[in-house]
Amino acid sequence: METLMSVLIGVLFAIGAYLMLSRNLLKIIMGSSLISHGANLLILTMGGLKKGGAPLLGEGSASYTDPLPQALILTAIVINFALTAFLLVLAYRTYINVGTDDMEQMRSIEDE
Amino acid sequence: MNNIVVLPLIIPMFTGLLLAFFRKNIILQRTLSLASLVAVIGTTLYLVGQVRNEGIQILEIGGWQAPYGIVLVADMFSVLLVLTASVVSALCILFAFQTIGVQREQSYFYSLFQFLLTGVNGSFLTGDIFNLFVFFEVMLLASYVLLSLGGTKRQLKATIKYVVINSLSSTVFLLGVAYLYAVLGTLNMAHLSVRVAEVGQSGFLTVVAFIFMIVFSLKAALVLFFWLPESYSAPPTAIASVFAALLTKVGIYALFRVFTLIFYHQPEITHTLLGVLAALTMILGSIGAVAYRDIYRILVYNVIIGVGFIVVGLALFTEQAAMGSLYYLLHDMVAKALLFLLGGIIITVAGSEQLKRMGGLIRHYPLLGWSFLVTLFALGGIPPLSGFPGKVLILQQGLAKGVQYAGFNWLTALALISSLFVLFSLLKIFILAFWGETRPGSNAEIKNINGLLVPCVGLLALSIFLGVGAEILYPYVEQAGYSLLNPQLYIEAVLAR
Repeated sequence: METLMSVLIGVLFAIGAYLMLSRNLLKIIMGSSLISHGANLLILTMGGLKKGGAPLLGEGSASYTDPLPQALILTAIVINFALTAFLLVLAYRTYINVGTDDMEQMRSIEDE
Repeated sequence: MNNIVVLPLIIPMFTGLLLAFFRKNIILQRTLSLASLVAVIGTTLYLVGQVRNEGIQILEIGGWQAPYGIVLVADMFSVLLVLTASVVSALCILFAFQTIGVQREQSYFYSLFQFLLTGVNGSFLTGDIFNLFVFFEVMLLASYVLLSLGGTKRQLKATIKYVVINSLSSTVFLLGVAYLYAVLGTLNMAHLSVRVAEVGQSGFLTVVAFIFMIVFSLKAALVLFFWLPESYSAPPTAIASVFAALLTKVGIYALFRVFTLIFYHQPEITHTLLGVLAALTMILGSIGAVAYRDIYRILVYNVIIGVGFIVVGLALFTEQAAMGSLYYLLHDMVAKALLFLLGGIIITVAGSEQLKRMGGLIRHYPLLGWSFLVTLFALGGIPPLSGFPGKVLILQQGLAKGVQYAGFNWLTALALISSLFVLFSLLKIFILAFWGETRPGSNAEIKNINGLLVPCVGLLALSIFLGVGAEILYPYVEQAGYSLLNPQLYIEAVLAR
């Protein structure tokens, strides 16, 4: 199972990296979003994948899943959600204001 | 357990939330944000006294015991940084009152400023590596909005790149956290330190250390500084100076924390690499600083040189060098804020960012000119100003280490030469902008800048105090350096009861 997850994470990272290297702003945002999904899955996998136990630590329970990775992912997802929302709005504003979504044309100010 | 540890981050957080409800009432916004900063400074001063007398203070949030819950840890290193950060932001906000403009003030500027400070102080105080990630994000999200607030073309272009690069580096931070958790099964920094010492810093852990080095280097602008020049020159002066004073310093702090507390077992690999990175940063920063004739560009490359210099102290990895770095960090926060504020005023009065369109400013603005001159001497490290004690400690240690290993002599030489480049690049601004003939047309009417100079003079006084009063600070800095190089103190404070 862990191996399969590793392959999946690798694929997500590869696609994300490919998208981030493109010139189109929207593709870059999609790419950063995919990469962060890959990172979340990696946290889950790194905590160890188990079946048949609730994520709690009770007195009587014989098996349990480690709840910490899930808590970490939850936090990371919330942050990433806010970030992606902000980035989309920013990209829209930039597109309206600058008139392009091509990163080549977003080179810095008055290069002399 | 000490509840005061949480105040430096909770006061700005609640102030920020509160201010969001009163966006139209500018007077209230100004008063409250200044009051919040004064309160943070007051509590931090008290905390400094406590740490001095009683050792490292901790707070287990929610009463959860140390390795399980999140702890806030206030050791001397972090408290001094929190104190300086708060004082510098208070003075920058005084500058913002006069320059930032009603539109930005009504668009949550003060709330965002408070959130930025929450993130910065939180990063300094937290004792949990995932919590460090969260506070980084708090700080970064506030900085994204502050950078784009106002929505000019230049700001938007800069923000896009800044956000994309930082979101990628945050993802890499998460990867590092995931690997660390997989290997060591904990995220509490003190506990991590214990576990790394138990299992030994194997090859795998060193690779994880490199991941953290990449992330923090990107935040600190150590070699990976390509994002910095554009994003620090786009926003208004008050915001740019807070960024220059605080943001990269948080990255440097994280490097110090991780490479003195957790990954300190193989300094011949990790710290040598940090030395190489510091050397590269100083070389590239120096080239940038002399290459441009545009005030903001020169100033941002000076930020980069400063980062390289501070990390030299970490690469040397001795107690004295760590003290030198701390002295220099405190100085750099004050001096960089001051430099950016003065640079902003020069641009306002000259009406251009290009040095070739300036000249003769000293005739109408003598105080501005002399403040700038003193600042540039402080940054060059001329005694008795604030850059001197840090530089002298780092260079001394560099030469002492150079006896054992010749590579450190090169590093020391580069650190020394980079100071000359700092002096040269800033003197160029001074000579071209303040001396010579007044340009016709460019500064025809003389602007009243006395109000703007008040925060600058405050920072200048602070900078002189950091130099002249180095003796007063010495016991505090010594305690910080000692606890950095002796991680068992930190571990005992957090884990032992």
